[in-house]
Amino acid sequence: MTSIASVPTSLGTDRGAAVELEAVVKTFGTHRALNAIDLTIKPGEFVALLGPSGCGKTTALRALSGLELVDSGRIVIDGVDVAAVPTNKRDIGMVFQSYSLFPHMTAIENVEFGLRMRRVAASERRTRAEEALDMVGLAAFAERFAHQLSGGQQQRVALARALVTRPRVLLLDEPLSALDAKVRVQLRDEIRRIQTELGITTVFVTHDQEEALAVADRVAVMRDGAIEQIGTPEELYATPLTPFVADFVGLSNRIPADLVDGKVVAHGISMRLLGEPMDDGPITAYIRPEDVALANAGIRATVVASSFLGSLRRTQVVLGDDSRVSIQHDADVRPQLGDVVFLKLKGAAVSAVRRTS
Amino acid sequence: MSAATRLGAEPGKFTRGVILGLIGAVFAIPIIAMIQFTFRDGLAGDYTLDHWTGLVGEDAARTYRGLLQAVGNSVVLAIVTVGIVLVLLLPTMILVHLQFPKLRRVLEFICIIPITVPAIVLVVGLAPVYGVVVRIFGSGAWTLAFAYGITVLPYAYRAIQSNLDAVPVVTLSEAARSLGADWPTVLRLVLLPNLRRGVLAASFISVAVVLGEFTIASLLNRNNLQTALLQVSQSDPYAAVIFALLALTVVFGLLLLIGRFGAPRNRRTE
Repeated sequence: MTSIASVPTSLGTDRGAAVELEAVVKTFGTHRALNAIDLTIKPGEFVALLGPSGCGKTTALRALSGLELVDSGRIVIDGVDVAAVPTNKRDIGMVFQSYSLFPHMTAIENVEFGLRMRRVAASERRTRAEEALDMVGLAAFAERFAHQLSGGQQQRVALARALVTRPRVLLLDEPLSALDAKVRVQLRDEIRRIQTELGITTVFVTHDQEEALAVADRVAVMRDGAIEQIGTPEELYATPLTPFVADFVGLSNRIPADLVDGKVVAHGISMRLLGEPMDDGPITAYIRPEDVALANAGIRATVVASSFLGSLRRTQVVLGDDSRVSIQHDADVRPQLGDVVFLKLKGAAVSAVRRTS
Repeated sequence: MSAATRLGAEPGKFTRGVILGLIGAVFAIPIIAMIQFTFRDGLAGDYTLDHWTGLVGEDAARTYRGLLQAVGNSVVLAIVTVGIVLVLLLPTMILVHLQFPKLRRVLEFICIIPITVPAIVLVVGLAPVYGVVVRIFGSGAWTLAFAYGITVLPYAYRAIQSNLDAVPVVTLSEAARSLGADWPTVLRLVLLPNLRRGVLAASFISVAVVLGEFTIASLLNRNNLQTALLQVSQSDPYAAVIFALLALTVVFGLLLLIGRFGAPRNRRTE
C-alpha cells in the first residue's frame, strides 16, 4: 500500500458549488429516462444517486455533466443555467465506471491533461499533477502507463485527474463497480476523505446501497426516472417513505399482516408503522431483519438457509403462511437446515403496502 | 492455463512448421523466380548483372522516362488517395462511432461494396463521371485518385474499424471533454494517438493498392506504374520484372513500417 498525502493547497478547499436540477426531462425514443426530476444539492454536499438499472441515475449524472443534452428543464450550477453549455465548458470533474485513462499517456500526463486544456504553464502543471497524484497515494507511479496500473490505481489516477483542475462539481459514475470488494471499500473511503477535505460538491452514482449509505451525506433513491425519496442514509433506512425504498435500501422482510387502528398486527404481535399512514385492512408489512429475533417461544418457523457473515449470521426461515423471513443474529448461534425455531417481532415495520389477497 | 488443458487446442510444432513453410513457399517461390530471372542472360545463358546495371545511366533515363514518369504519377496518386482516406473516411468513421452508432452497418455496407464490384464494371460506371471530372479538374493522372479513393474503401475501412473496436473511443472522448477539451482537441490529442495503428495500416494498405492497380488506369487511359510496367515488359521483360521487384520491396517496407510506428507509445517504450 502506498502512502497517502493530505489534500494539497493547490487543489483548494471550500470550492463546492450549489447544484439544482429543475424539472429535467430526458427521453430516448419513447423511453422517458428522466421524468421531470428535481434535485437540490448544497455546496460541498456529497449526494449519492441510488437505484436499480434503468432508473435514470446515470442519465441524471450525464445530464449534469453535459454528456447528455436534456429535452427540457434547468440545470443550475452556482446560479447559472448550464443546460445548454457544452461539457468542456461546465467546469466539472468526472470519474467514469470503465477505466478511462488515456492509454498513450503516463499517469502524470493524464493528470496534467485538464490543466493543459486550461493553458496552465508547464512547470505549474507538473507541480499540481504531482501533488494530485500524491493525494491519491500514487506519486511513485507517475511515469506508468494505464496498462501498468491495477484497476484501483487507474481509478485513483482518474480521481486525481478529475480533481486537479479544481472543478466546481465532482461527478462519479459508478467508479468502484469494476473493482474487487476490498479495493472498492478502500477507494470508497478515500473518495469520501478527499471530498470532505476539499469540500467539493459531489454526485455519486451507484446501484450498491451499502456504498451509497456509507459515503453520502444524502442519498436520492431513484425509480423510473424520478426521485422516490431523498434523505440522509439514516432517514432512508429508518423511515423509508415507500415500499420500494424499504425494499431497495437495506434488507426487508415482507410479512403478511393487518393494519388495526394504525398498528401493524402480524402473527398476533402488534408493531408501529413508520412509513406513510394507511387505512386499516390487510397489508404486507416491511420489517428489517434486526427487528426479528430468535426466541424461546413465539412465531413458529422452519430454517431453510443460514449464512455466516463474519460478525453475525443471517438465517432464512419459512413461516406457517409460507412467507420467507431473514433474521440476523449472533454468529455463535448455528441453526441447522430443517430446525424448528421461534421468532419474536420487535421495533416497528418500516413500511407497508396494501395486500389484495 | 496449464499445458495439459491446452493439449490439442492448437497445432503442434511440426504441423505449424509445415503450414508456415507451405505458405512461405507460395509467397517466396514466385519472388525468388523473379529475382533469378533478372540475372539470367537469355533462357539458356549464364547469369549477369547487366539487366540491373542497365537501369542506371543517361541512356536508361531516356529509355525508361515514361516508366519514371509513371512512378511519379503513382506516388502522387498514392498521396492523394491516402489524403482522401484520412480527410473523408477517418473523420466519418469516428463521427459514426461516437454520435451515430446506428449508422455503422450502413457505412460498413457502403465501404464494402467496391470489393464486390469488378474493376471493369467500376470503370464502365466511372467513365461518364470522369467526363465531368476532366472538365473540372483537367486530365491529370492525379484525378485517378478519386476512383482509387473508392477502391481502397474496403481495406481502409477494415483497418480503421478494427482499431476503433479495440479502443474505448466513447469513454476516452467523454473523459477528455469533461476535462475541458473541445472536439478538435479530442481528435488530435486523444483519439488519433490511440488510432495510430489503424490509420497507418489504412494508409499503407491504400498505398499498396494504388501501386498495384492496373485495370482502372489502363481502361481510363492513364499512365501509372502498372500500365507503364506492361509497356516496358513488351520491349524489355527484364527491366519490367526488376521494377516490379522494386515496387514489391517498397510495399513490403511500408508494411514493416506499420509494425514499427503503428505500435502504441506505451508498448514501444517498455
